[in-house]
Amino acid sequence: MTKEQYVDSFVELIRRASTELPPDVVAALEQSVGKEEKGSLAESALNTILDNVELAKERVAPICQDTGTPVAWVSYPQGASTRLLQAALEEAVRKATELNYLRPNAVDSVTGKNTGDGSGRGIPHVHFREWDDQAVEVRLMLKGGGCENVGIQYKLPDSRLGAGRDLEGVRRVVLDSVVQAQGKGCAPGVLGVAVGGDRVSGFEESKCQLLRPLADRNTDAELAELEERLLREGNELGIGPMGFGGETTLLGVKIGVLDRLPASYFVTISYMCWADRRAGVRIENGGDPQWLS
Amino acid sequence: MAELKLPVDEKTIREIRVGANLELSGRMITGRDAAHKWLIEECREEILPYLEGTVIYHCGPVVRQNPDGSYTFVAAGPTTSIREEPYQADVIGQYGLRGVIGKGGMGQKTLDGLGKHGALYLHAVGGAAQVLARAVKRVENVFMLEEFGVPEALWVIEVEKFPVMVTMDSHGGSLHDEVEKKSEQELERLLAVS
Ligand code: SF4
Repeated sequence: MTKEQYVDSFVELIRRASTELPPDVVAALEQSVGKEEKGSLAESALNTILDNVELAKERVAPICQDTGTPVAWVSYPQGASTRLLQAALEEAVRKATELNYLRPNAVDSVTGKNTGDGSGRGIPHVHFREWDDQAVEVRLMLKGGGCENVGIQYKLPDSRLGAGRDLEGVRRVVLDSVVQAQGKGCAPGVLGVAVGGDRVSGFEESKCQLLRPLADRNTDAELAELEERLLREGNELGIGPMGFGGETTLLGVKIGVLDRLPASYFVTISYMCWADRRAGVRIENGGDPQWLS
Repeated sequence: MAELKLPVDEKTIREIRVGANLELSGRMITGRDAAHKWLIEECREEILPYLEGTVIYHCGPVVRQNPDGSYTFVAAGPTTSIREEPYQADVIGQYGLRGVIGKGGMGQKTLDGLGKHGALYLHAVGGAAQVLARAVKRVENVFMLEEFGVPEALWVIEVEKFPVMVTMDSHGGSLHDEVEKKSEQELERLLAVS
């Protein structure tokens, strides 16, 4: 595979992520409409969202004008060049920006100037992992700014919330994070939660959890139960779409666990807005790209 | 869904309360951080006629220039309003605006300003860039395009059936405060059990 071939596939990957919402997210939004009171602002907001999703697909235009930070997880076979893959992803971001699949979304933090081409220091953000498979697989997420701003990291114990260093403590801080976010992360959202780790690995893991399909059930029975409970209780908070009040505040909760130092117990929460844009591709040497949902 | 024609008078605005679902038609103007600062630093006479009786939309649009020189809105979702909190009430008062469109709601100073001058906070659906761009029928004029760039410029636009929800009104009502309080009570209830 040449760099150019990778670039072409990655541009298409970005187009899919930016203009087509994953089917499981669309289905979850559709189901939510029926749960809201007829004529309520919540119902109306969800209908506008669904209209918007359809229109974006039809027009091959970004679902939201904030096309987010492109975050990629790349799995590669032994011997593949991660430098080449990184360069191909960066170029794909620039091309996709030119094609208006992405907005020029990278700003120099010191001068305040937009780089103009969508790429910048740390943008896109790429994670690499070698695996036994002979193919390259890329999972891409476009992470919006409004919802990234409501992400939060707790240090347990937390006396304000009566949260100790156990799963009950996790439950308490996660519910608090939803109240703090209100509708500001463009609710209804999906929570990616990491229990443990350090301040960096916690946020990484919480984002990684957002890659799981909404229907994916945690393999750990206790965590699966907590995910379900938090989804139910999060919706009982009544914040609703856009914070207008209503039944639908969350579309999913996904929890991952990392080991920790005896001294620390972090719970890290990444909030993903309703524009939960993710897409995947698998590229086998010489073969056509296979699109993953 | 009720239709509201812009520009609009104070009496009509004072009759509208939190919880209303509206479709706006007529003229409005976009403006975000740079625009608000610019509007407040001195009275901009040239822009007065475009602001009186209408609403300012917190939006950094994506705009395409057509071969004939005209402009088309390609994406036009709302941006977070709270950044304009220091300026908003004064901009409303000084230019005779009847409302603000944005997302996330605003603070006490703006809420007081809405009551004093007779104006509304209108919430657009965050992220709905395509639906909202579709409602923009025409670009009538643009101010400070060179100086501020496309997202920050003040675009005078004509809209048709532009969907918004009233979340703050001229009677001190704020849906944001209500929902926040209620969710805090629910949280307390949920934390009481383990
Ligand atoms: S939080 Fe998501 S939906 Fe809302 S404006 Fe940002 S990217 Fe768009």
